[in-house]
Amino acid sequence: MPFSLLKYGLKNDYPFENDVDLPSPTALKKHYDVVIIGGGGHGVATAYYLAKYHGITNVAILEKGYLGGGNTARNTAVIRSNYLTSEGVKFYKESVDLFKGLSNEFDFNIMYSSRGQLTLAHTEATVRSFRQRTEVNTHFGGKTELIDPQQIKELVPTLNMNPADMPILAGLWHIDGATARHDAVAWGYAKGATQRGVELHQLTEVTDVIVENGKATGVKTNRGNVSCGCIVQAVAGHSSVVAAMAGIKMPITTYPLQAMVTQPVKPFLNPLVSSSALHCYVQQTGRGEMVFGGGSDPYPLYNTRSTMDLKESLLASAVEMFPFMANLKLMRQWAGITDMTSDYSPIMGLSPVENYYLDAGWGTWGFKSTPICGKTMAQLVANGGKVPDLIAPFAMDRFDVFRQVNEMGATAASH
Amino acid sequence: MKIMHCPLNGPRNISEFVYGGEVKPMPNPHTCSDKEWAEYVFYSDNTIRIITEWWYHAPSGYWFIAERHTASDEILKTYDPSERFDQRIEFDSKPELTQEPSI
Ligand SMILES: Cc1cc2nc3c(=O)[nH]c(=O)nc-3n(C[C@H](O)[C@H](O)[C@H](O)COP(=O)(O)OP(=O)(O)OC[C@H]3O[C@@H](n4cnc5c(N)ncnc54)[C@H](O)[C@@H]3O)c2cc1C
Repeated sequence: MPFSLLKYGLKNDYPFENDVDLPSPTALKKHYDVVIIGGGGHGVATAYYLAKYHGITNVAILEKGYLGGGNTARNTAVIRSNYLTSEGVKFYKESVDLFKGLSNEFDFNIMYSSRGQLTLAHTEATVRSFRQRTEVNTHFGGKTELIDPQQIKELVPTLNMNPADMPILAGLWHIDGATARHDAVAWGYAKGATQRGVELHQLTEVTDVIVENGKATGVKTNRGNVSCGCIVQAVAGHSSVVAAMAGIKMPITTYPLQAMVTQPVKPFLNPLVSSSALHCYVQQTGRGEMVFGGGSDPYPLYNTRSTMDLKESLLASAVEMFPFMANLKLMRQWAGITDMTSDYSPIMGLSPVENYYLDAGWGTWGFKSTPICGKTMAQLVANGGKVPDLIAPFAMDRFDVFRQVNEMGATAASH
Repeated sequence: MKIMHCPLNGPRNISEFVYGGEVKPMPNPHTCSDKEWAEYVFYSDNTIRIITEWWYHAPSGYWFIAERHTASDEILKTYDPSERFDQRIEFDSKPELTQEPSI
């Protein structure tokens, strides 16, 4: 790499004229082995692993907007595995491990940055749940510790230890906590997939799913009809809408989730800091901006508008945590629409329609799972619908037998 | 601040209200199957259109019904539940015990 960089520096013209990242758009073929609906991180990762590990390359990713323009572009990029259930921790742990190797694998920097995540406890009940999360996480090989107020002060000297008159009693210190550049993750997977022959069709909206005798056989799009061997749905906020095209009703409700970012300041905050009691998490980006995120909007909506209510409540909490931030100016504010399940775990695997696979219910926490979702969904497809063990607990029919995987306490304001 | 029209209290800030889910018929919990109960509790259409839903005005403890568009967020109508439910719904609160209690 350094040599090519040097050569590039000495050249007069752009040396990579023929080495574009993504191939130019082509016409849709009549038939694909696999159609993936949704060109977000999950969709392109699935295509990448299908091509790389399973040699399945007659694959089309159909994206109604542009690559990674959905929640992949809107999330606050928290990567962690300190969940509560063993099903959850096992799954997310493997995702964090995959994340660590992605820059090398892509030969493209996804700016993975392992900074640790600190979650604050303001009540005894939260301290107890942190103990459990520490144990479960450690058991599955993650790095998580329970730390006391003195250690918290040393880790984050700028933190107010008594925010909103709720003294901080302890912290869940998740050493594996990290962030990465979310766009780069989508681009890296898309480039790797298309180089292996996968077709990425942007501005291609699926308008209907063709189901014959209980079997998915194709899709209708704004660019014509396509038949296929099987379909993977990975459309995040639109999960219920697209599933309904295949006649599937889902245990999902769609809520907006808002986030915001300030002007950049000098680096002062290394770990990601989160408090579910204050419904707020704060982190500083590599460019120095402060990112704030919190809980979802209070009622369901398919709309990415911003609200004054959320700005007020979220910023009030952020300023309680770091009082000097009251002087910063907000630079940008945005929202995504998120597909929430009632147990805060995803819906992955089979659906009531044959050859129609679901990757949904990713709500406010699915960026961190992008690699492992791609890998397990690719296995599911390549093995003709044999569900990998890792995702078996996330089957949609868990709701029918009341076997939820409850991650609410480990998700609420942390994502 | 978004304003919602409460049938009891008039126009109020949306932050005074709590969303209560789509209005849908409740199956009889004693006779329906697990699947039917799960459908009622967890599943929903969750589509983009005007939906009829429960809302609660927290300061006055009042439940009512609203018709709202799930993409534009426009609230078209709010009304007292008595407009829809004209008789009391009885649920058998004491199901037949299959076994005598042991005390
Ligand atoms: C503000 C915010 C903060 C978040 N923070 C975090 C975080 O810190 N950590 C974390 O792990 N997760 C976080 N999340 C959640 C995370 O962003 C998502 O769970 C994840 O990005 C989902 O990825 P995806 O590829 O499934 O969805 P997306 O990236 O949304 O991709 C789905 C794609 O499907 C396309 N699509 C929809 N309908 C159709 C159709 N009919 N035809 C064709 N294409 C269609 C959309 O255009 C979209 O591009 C956050 C989300 C938001 C909104």
